[in-house]
Amino acid sequence: MTAQVITVTSGKGGVGKTTAVANLATALALDGRKVVCIDGDIGLRNLDVVMGLENRIVYDIVDVIEGRCKLKQAMIRDKHYPDMYLIPAAQTRDKNAVSPSDMIRICNDLRPDTDFVIIDSPAGIERGFRNAIAAADRVLVVTNPEVSAVRDADRVVGILEAEEKGNPSLILNRLNPILVKNNDMLSAEDVLDLLGIHLIGVVPEDESVIIGSNRGAPVVTDPKSRAGQAFRNIAKRIQGNNVPFMDLDQQSGLWGAIQKLTGRK
Amino acid sequence: MFNFFGKKRSAESAKERLQLVLVHDRTDLTPAQLEALKDELLKAISRYIDIDPEAVQIGLERDGRSQRLVADIPLRNVSRHRAG
Repeated sequence: MTAQVITVTSGKGGVGKTTAVANLATALALDGRKVVCIDGDIGLRNLDVVMGLENRIVYDIVDVIEGRCKLKQAMIRDKHYPDMYLIPAAQTRDKNAVSPSDMIRICNDLRPDTDFVIIDSPAGIERGFRNAIAAADRVLVVTNPEVSAVRDADRVVGILEAEEKGNPSLILNRLNPILVKNNDMLSAEDVLDLLGIHLIGVVPEDESVIIGSNRGAPVVTDPKSRAGQAFRNIAKRIQGNNVPFMDLDQQSGLWGAIQKLTGRK
Repeated sequence: MFNFFGKKRSAESAKERLQLVLVHDRTDLTPAQLEALKDELLKAISRYIDIDPEAVQIGLERDGRSQRLVADIPLRNVSRHRAG
């Protein structure tokens, strides 16, 4: 095994980075991969609650860097899956406690016996973001179909280009197909045209995402959730499988059936 | 694309506004600087050749992830036989 290190970032906060990390990691673990997640948001720890592991933290990433524990001791195993781990962020320290070379060293230590290391980047384009992308083999940029989120995503893509971090892939999160159909939301095509990068997945707006984080059980574990399906598809694409994009226009219920019959879409 | 009140649907405004903002973000050039660039460019060109400043179009365009400065500068018709 030689791990692929994937960093999930966005520029703007609140677009669903942490949710994406928790879901992609869980989907990869469900596919039998060994996954280690790293929460890169020092001082604003969040991935632990979204994954439902907040009560099991003993050591964090700063403890590893400052030599208070071994790397293995800071890796919390998620008991629901055979091989999924979280290295939590420090909550009481500031972001200067970690440097890009610390991140590279930790990822290199993890590489030999891990399939995927997934790093949850903090919002912004400062130190925490620089740390998060330092070790990345691949970067996923999360955005929403909104002017502010797309603009910030473009800034991040520009920085990644300047840093020669390879071509990032786009996750378009929280797309509302009905608003898109009414021409009141940017479509996936619009966002792709604006950003000019490769698309790896479109995740529809779905209330089960919130229900999942409430319970600390990422939505990929819900077989009926459309967002869960979208994240499972992205995880397959990360593993190199060619999965067709979901038809988000597909409507459920009677009205959808009538629209289909009459050919109105 | 237009609703009952003749207003443009919001997705279209979002896209148009973003297209402009991204071009300026990517080039680090403010609209005012772009105007200054145009003026200087036209002044320099006018020293050599007669142009119609009203018909000039200069702007930034996107092509995937790269930007280009595109100029369309029509020349004034010059009669070659004026002297003869």
